[in-house]
Amino acid sequence: MAQNRARPISPHLSIWKWGAHMATSIFHRATGDGMAIVGAMALVWWLTAAASGKDSYDYFLSWATHWTGQVVLIGLSWAFFQHMASGLRHLVLDIGAGYELTINRFWARATFVFGVVMTAALWSYLLFVKG
Amino acid sequence: MGNGTGLGRVRGLGSAKHGGGHWVIHRMTAIGTLLLMLWLVFSLVRLPAYDFATVRLWLEQAIVAVPMMLLVISVFWHFRIGLQVLIEDYVHEEGLKFASLLGLTFYTFGMGALALFAIAKIALTGTPN
Repeated sequence: MAQNRARPISPHLSIWKWGAHMATSIFHRATGDGMAIVGAMALVWWLTAAASGKDSYDYFLSWATHWTGQVVLIGLSWAFFQHMASGLRHLVLDIGAGYELTINRFWARATFVFGVVMTAALWSYLLFVKG
Repeated sequence: MGNGTGLGRVRGLGSAKHGGGHWVIHRMTAIGTLLLMLWLVFSLVRLPAYDFATVRLWLEQAIVAVPMMLLVISVFWHFRIGLQVLIEDYVHEEGLKFASLLGLTFYTFGMGALALFAIAKIALTGTPN
């Protein structure tokens, strides 16, 4: 039986294709939950190390400036900017705006551009301008 | 009241009346977290260095310690709701779901208390020479 290809695809568990909108949704969850675990631990480590004294803080700093720590921090900052952009998009969607297909897809894609551009800008400044 | 379908059985009983509160608090803490995290990112970028003395002298000021405490409350509250939604979406066995939510609550309050205590200690004791 011939199918009309223009019909919407059933949003069943295994019948879907990747799109910018659904990608922002799962990235919003993944970046949020990632920050809740890795980011919160990093924040608490930083604060408790600073409160404990110079030795604890220097130990924290030795990891934060090591390349593995830098990868984690770059990842966290990307997660923050990505989550921030898709979160702002969610606030707009929550008031009932931005559901037209082209507009919705445009802002879904824009969140990924924002996340990558802001991360690159932040670390270019920290590593190359500030030194 | 019908008894055939799920909808038929619950229709007319009304809602539990607090279904929306969770959702609204998630948005409120989202906005608070947005403002406070932007403050933290800009402040950290503007710090001249990240060594012990510089960070302690910065953190011990009330103008920094108070927003930092607010940040911890807003961020931890926000992510506790987010992780709760994650658990409710993927953990369907009731006992395991309860244990997961208990663990999440302990994690959030434990980590939050550590962070708040650290900030308070820095702000109240000043920077050692």
